[in-house]
Amino acid sequence: MIPLSWYLVFSAALFAIGLFGVLARKNAVAILIGIELMLNSVNINLVAFWRYIAPDGISGQAFAVIVFAVAAAEVAVGLALIISIYRRRGTIAAEEIDMLKF
Amino acid sequence: MSTELLIWLLPLPPLLAFFFVILFTNRSKALSHTLAVGAALLSWLGSMIVFIRAIQQPHFGEHPFEMSIPWFPTGETAFQIGILIDPLSAVTLFFVAWTVLMIFIYSVGYNNFGQPKGDHDLPGLPPHGATLTDEHGHSHKVPSIEPMYARFFAFIGLFAFGMYTLVISNNLLTLFVGWEIMGLCSYLLIGFWYAKPSARAAMIKAFITTRVGDVFMLIGIAYLYSQTGTLSYREIFYNEEVLHTLATTSSGLLGLSAAAMIGILLFIGTIGKSAQWPLHVWLPDAMEGPTPVSAMIHAAAMVSAGVYMVIRAYPLLSAGYEHGHLTQPMMLMAFIGAFTALFSATIAVAQNDIKRVLAYSTISQLGYMIAALGIGGFVAAAFHLITHAFFKALLFLGSGSVIHGMEHGVLHTGEHIDPQDMYNMGGLRKKMPVTFWTFLIGGLALSGFPLVTAGFWSKDEILADAWGHGHIAVFIVLALAALLTAFYTMRQITLTFLGKPRTEAAKHAQETKWTMTLPLVILAVFAVSAGWVGIPKEFPLIGGSIPNWFHDFVGGTLLEHPEAVTFSYIPLLTSLVVALGGLYLGWVVYRKVSAGAKDPLQAPLGSVYTLLKNKYYFDELYDKVFVQPAYWLSETFAYLFIDRKIIDGILHWVAYVSSIIGTFLRNYIDKPIINGSGDFVGEGTKRLGRGMRFIQSGKVQQYMIVALVSLAAFSVLFYYLLSTTP
Amino acid sequence: MSGLQIIFILVAALTLGAGLLAVTVRNLVHAALWLILALFGVAIFFVLLNAGFLAVAQVVVYIGAIAILMIFAIMLTQQVASYKGTQLNANWIWSAFIAVVVFAGLAWILSSWSGFSTLPPEMSARADPLRQLGSALVSPTAYVIPFEVASVLLLAALIGAIIIAWDRK
Repeated sequence: MIPLSWYLVFSAALFAIGLFGVLARKNAVAILIGIELMLNSVNINLVAFWRYIAPDGISGQAFAVIVFAVAAAEVAVGLALIISIYRRRGTIAAEEIDMLKF
Repeated sequence: MSTELLIWLLPLPPLLAFFFVILFTNRSKALSHTLAVGAALLSWLGSMIVFIRAIQQPHFGEHPFEMSIPWFPTGETAFQIGILIDPLSAVTLFFVAWTVLMIFIYSVGYNNFGQPKGDHDLPGLPPHGATLTDEHGHSHKVPSIEPMYARFFAFIGLFAFGMYTLVISNNLLTLFVGWEIMGLCSYLLIGFWYAKPSARAAMIKAFITTRVGDVFMLIGIAYLYSQTGTLSYREIFYNEEVLHTLATTSSGLLGLSAAAMIGILLFIGTIGKSAQWPLHVWLPDAMEGPTPVSAMIHAAAMVSAGVYMVIRAYPLLSAGYEHGHLTQPMMLMAFIGAFTALFSATIAVAQNDIKRVLAYSTISQLGYMIAALGIGGFVAAAFHLITHAFFKALLFLGSGSVIHGMEHGVLHTGEHIDPQDMYNMGGLRKKMPVTFWTFLIGGLALSGFPLVTAGFWSKDEILADAWGHGHIAVFIVLALAALLTAFYTMRQITLTFLGKPRTEAAKHAQETKWTMTLPLVILAVFAVSAGWVGIPKEFPLIGGSIPNWFHDFVGGTLLEHPEAVTFSYIPLLTSLVVALGGLYLGWVVYRKVSAGAKDPLQAPLGSVYTLLKNKYYFDELYDKVFVQPAYWLSETFAYLFIDRKIIDGILHWVAYVSSIIGTFLRNYIDKPIINGSGDFVGEGTKRLGRGMRFIQSGKVQQYMIVALVSLAAFSVLFYYLLSTTP
Repeated sequence: MSGLQIIFILVAALTLGAGLLAVTVRNLVHAALWLILALFGVAIFFVLLNAGFLAVAQVVVYIGAIAILMIFAIMLTQQVASYKGTQLNANWIWSAFIAVVVFAGLAWILSSWSGFSTLPPEMSARADPLRQLGSALVSPTAYVIPFEVASVLLLAALIGAIIIAWDRK
């Protein structure tokens, strides 16, 4: 039998990898890739807690489904933003999109 | 479809109609009214299905249709909202569905659908008529269509939503939501013709006056929630334990128990909503609105909602009630109800505007219900609520039809007279037969014409309750009010329909369209038959031939079924005498009023008549006591005295003193010390800013790194602090 | 060590490795492909956790839609994507440090929790999580409102994405 701790440690590691991607990558699409990894680690957590702690309810899975929907929406809008920025500025490097300064 | 689901859906069609009309179809008049009437029809259909299923249910009081869902979490538990149809709300739903549907249909005709656009009509004013030229070159004036036709249907749709929400609700909070939605719609609809200053004033008056009651009601609801942790009817009013606890807990104020305190607070809400004395002043002014609005808001639905709420809360109001010993809220209700019933009946006698008479009559009849509840007549109050809704809606719609007929005459003849003044009418019987017969039925029901009309049975039951429970004072006051009711009703009928026309316009009045007369006919049927379901068992001759279904059914709402009072001839004879006597008197006094004559009562009553005509000067009194002082307080007292004299004086003095201190400080402290250090701080900030500028790079990732590093640093710091302190 | 545990370790290593490559490789198309592998690993975890439906949804939604969308975006921004230099910014050391701290912190907090090494309870034979999930999502007493809100969100995202990415020229 696999103890819950394995899943938790695994998802923490996946989360950290995703976080690294978000913080360290230049390319905006690559940042989105990092975010997807983070969302996935959260889903693993939700489902693992459902399976180990509250298998009678269904909240964990329902939450995971909603996370799917939110992730899909986020990627659609995020990529649209990236393409729009690419058209206007010819770049999608996060470092060069520094209009927040103004 | 399960009944519970159906009940959830009942308020939905009018709300959807409201949104659709407002957002999409407001350009098209036909589409707008089709949507609104269709929505009302759907809700009506659903209500009838629910009602039929309800009356087929055995022991419905113990097993009502109920369902609730958690709405928002409150700590450990969740606040539940839901639906409840028990016997009381089933019968309420019945009359609400019928009257609302009838009024929607009537509104199509009332707003002159199918007539041409007016010559000079503006949005915000009633239609003034259009000039038509026929093929012979004769031009004549005809009524024109309401300029804001779609808006009207949107508003009454929203109103119907509020009413249905209130009726199907299973707790006081959603009841309050519906209550306030209706308050808003009442405001919007009274001021529907917003370009008229009187309508604007009336809408504000109605809104503010009812708001006074609503605030107290909300306090009552909050108090109830803090005491019981729930607002559900069944958990409070159908639960002996909770009621007992509330009745024995002291509120710490005036020696009232918590139940009495909450009951009185809730009842103040009803005083505002159902226009009871002393908050009755808004209802007569509310007649500025279009007539269907008067019928719906101010006869059938909204004011009834106030009474419905106290009937609903009756177990709480009567908590601790023993036979012959009223609780404090009940005493208050008996007093206010009986007083209002008589008081506004006397005013109604001296009013000449056909709708104002009905407005005061409504206040009076609502007082009847409140009084009935105050003396423990739960079923009688509910019974009168329902019969009254039918016949008063009928009367209001009938008066609208009369006004419409008169307006037609006014347009035709070009006279400049008030089409609502009964002294300008007369003899409309032959011109408007359908309106006459239905109005007559409504009027007889209102005055309690024996045996055939609904009003007789419900009023008789109230009188019997008052007599049977030994509240002689209430009995006498109500009997007097009934006498006056019959009198002014007959006055109205005689002045309007009987005799000879007193103006040219009345001679040329015309019967209104089928969309207006059909609702009249249907409501007239109920104005007669709604009383037959509640004939007391021991009534002479006919009692028992029809079972007293209403008493058994609605009585089931309560934990302890109320007993019917033992039959006595005294209240029966009293109600016969006052009804017939009042009608006869009204006919005798007013049958020969000729054109231009004064009211026959004016000479014998003298100054009393002037007092009545001016409604006991209550408007003037409130103007002097509340409105003028408020103006005075803000203008003279607050502005001239407090603000200009005291505050400004102090300020000037402070300014003078501070300018002396200031000069001193400036020369000896400010310039050398403060300025010096200020410059230092300024320069320092500038330098620091220049040094720190690189941090604000505009790069999102860098910001996040900084945020996370700080977060980690703070976590470590906190952990360290927490683990070192014991 | 049971067979299940061996599978777990293999899949975890595969997923973490793929994830690590996805956030480090220079070629963005490769990064997206590694992402697909990592997502697939997560799907296997869903299977291990008796959440078969979610595993299928993971494959369909994440791999079938989201990852493909990513690849499209990379191709549409081709000039940048063909850039061959480093894909990490100047702060990557700090980022790595934060990632390690977050992982260590999470692991440490979790390990001090009493239920850390719970073993899975038996699923009763009659339990049907899929049916339960389906009815929970449309039941007014459970998740119908979040569910409906999510659908509205998707619609809004759909329209928003079209508007944002619209080439007005």
